[in-house]
Amino acid sequence: MPVIESNGGQIWRRRDRTQTLLRWGMWLIGTAVFLYCWKQISDATTWFFVWDAPRIANDIWTRATPPKWEYITQLGRPIWDTLNIATLGTMISLCIAVPVAFLAARNTTPSRFIIRPLALLIIVSTRSINSLIWALLLIAIIGPGVLAGVVAIAIRSIGFCAKLLYEAIEEIDESQVEAVTATGASRWQVMAYGIVPQILPAFAGIAVFRWDINIRESTVLGLVGAGGIGLQLQSSLNVLAWPQVSLILLVILLAVVISEWVSAKVRGAII
Amino acid sequence: MSAAHPAHRELDDMLGRRWRKPHLIARPWLRWTLGIGLAVYLVAAFLTIPVDWHRVYEGLDRGWQFVLAFTTPDFVTRFADIREGMIESIIMTVAASVVGIAISIPIGLGAARNIAPLPVYMICRGIVAVSRALQEIIVAILLVAIFGFGPLAGFFTLSFATIGFLSKLLAEDIESMDRVQAEAIRASGASWMQWINYGVQPQVMPRLIGLSMYRLDINFRESAILGLVGAGGIGATLNTAFDRYEYDTAAAILIIIIVIVMGLEYLSGLIRGRVQ
Repeated sequence: MPVIESNGGQIWRRRDRTQTLLRWGMWLIGTAVFLYCWKQISDATTWFFVWDAPRIANDIWTRATPPKWEYITQLGRPIWDTLNIATLGTMISLCIAVPVAFLAARNTTPSRFIIRPLALLIIVSTRSINSLIWALLLIAIIGPGVLAGVVAIAIRSIGFCAKLLYEAIEEIDESQVEAVTATGASRWQVMAYGIVPQILPAFAGIAVFRWDINIRESTVLGLVGAGGIGLQLQSSLNVLAWPQVSLILLVILLAVVISEWVSAKVRGAII
Repeated sequence: MSAAHPAHRELDDMLGRRWRKPHLIARPWLRWTLGIGLAVYLVAAFLTIPVDWHRVYEGLDRGWQFVLAFTTPDFVTRFADIREGMIESIIMTVAASVVGIAISIPIGLGAARNIAPLPVYMICRGIVAVSRALQEIIVAILLVAIFGFGPLAGFFTLSFATIGFLSKLLAEDIESMDRVQAEAIRASGASWMQWINYGVQPQVMPRLIGLSMYRLDINFRESAILGLVGAGGIGATLNTAFDRYEYDTAAAILIIIIVIVMGLEYLSGLIRGRVQ
């Protein structure tokens, strides 16, 4: 136990001297790195604009309020598109994520050295690229529109769903699988009666969770031209129609809150 | 004998019948409503999505070129742009993570019901809710409008998003901590600071470090798109590359992003393994 001697008595310390020095050094390096980063950001900033920011913010606020309520009539279709992008995207991604997850899980993969790393690569690469970037790419390939949004959301969700799902598969109770195998079941029967029932609740939870995230993401996909309410946001921003912008932001906020509520309710019912 | 016990009767009913898998949703009416509703929705959704199949067919060729570009990524031609954008992304990520984590610790403490008094709790939960409801890219658009183009807007965006994420998870962790240890510290006559420092902090520290690493990872991924709306980082370079159909440069940028994310994930795995 680290102690310090003072006036002949021993006083308890949390760390001994080397640990303290080491920590101090780490903090020093960390602070230096942070200050360097801040310096770079600061150099790239026009500070005049920043000092002017409160006035600008106030200006935007006065322009944006009150929201242009009658504009809501033009938002019906974009909201429907947004919902479709999120829902269809989630469904397609689940169809792809399930096989990928089975290939990636240690206990179900057909080959540990070839197929599993491949499946993991798919998971990492689809996960690390944001759906907006996928949307940009798909717009360049298949043209702007809802379809690009659906596919972007689908690709982006594969990694997320497959990762959570393969972790669920790896955590299953092997004794049930063994019991089904012992009855002479084929490989597919083992899958259907031994593994699937165990991961079904996790699967449903993941699906709803991802759908909730996808609603959020699909509201902004339109910013790059992939359909949905983001298109309206972009065009309103382009013509500086701030009352419309504020209404759209309110609608997006409402959509996010509702989807989060739905997903929490459904997950509560499943678990 | 069989009529004596309800469980036996249930068993007798099942005897002689073929076993069937129980349904995921037990109540038939709910199952059917959901199934039919889903089918109707799918038909409606497919009918309302306009798809220009001709355009899609034409695009397949470009898609294939992009896939090919991944085998020959071009790091060299736009090296200066890529390097500048990447460094800006990393700088934004690091600075925003540090500031975001530093702010989210007090807010996380305030949002934990077993530590904070009710008014503080309500305020902190409000901050968390607002931060979580607004997406990064929308915050970035507003902040770019207010602060002008550049990494400062991105820095504020990421810090703001970090607060919502980290405070919420930290508060949940504090709420589920072991009260006994904290009470023991308090019983020794500790002040509030000492109580937090010796009673609460050691319990939540491993998870806080793990979450911070995870958030660093998320922040880096998000910083890659902030450039699309002018908030600094690699996104602007990437956008230009797509606009000019320079797929090999775009592929190079995407590969760098994937590698850095993988590296961060590996690092966070190592650090989490050490602290837990």
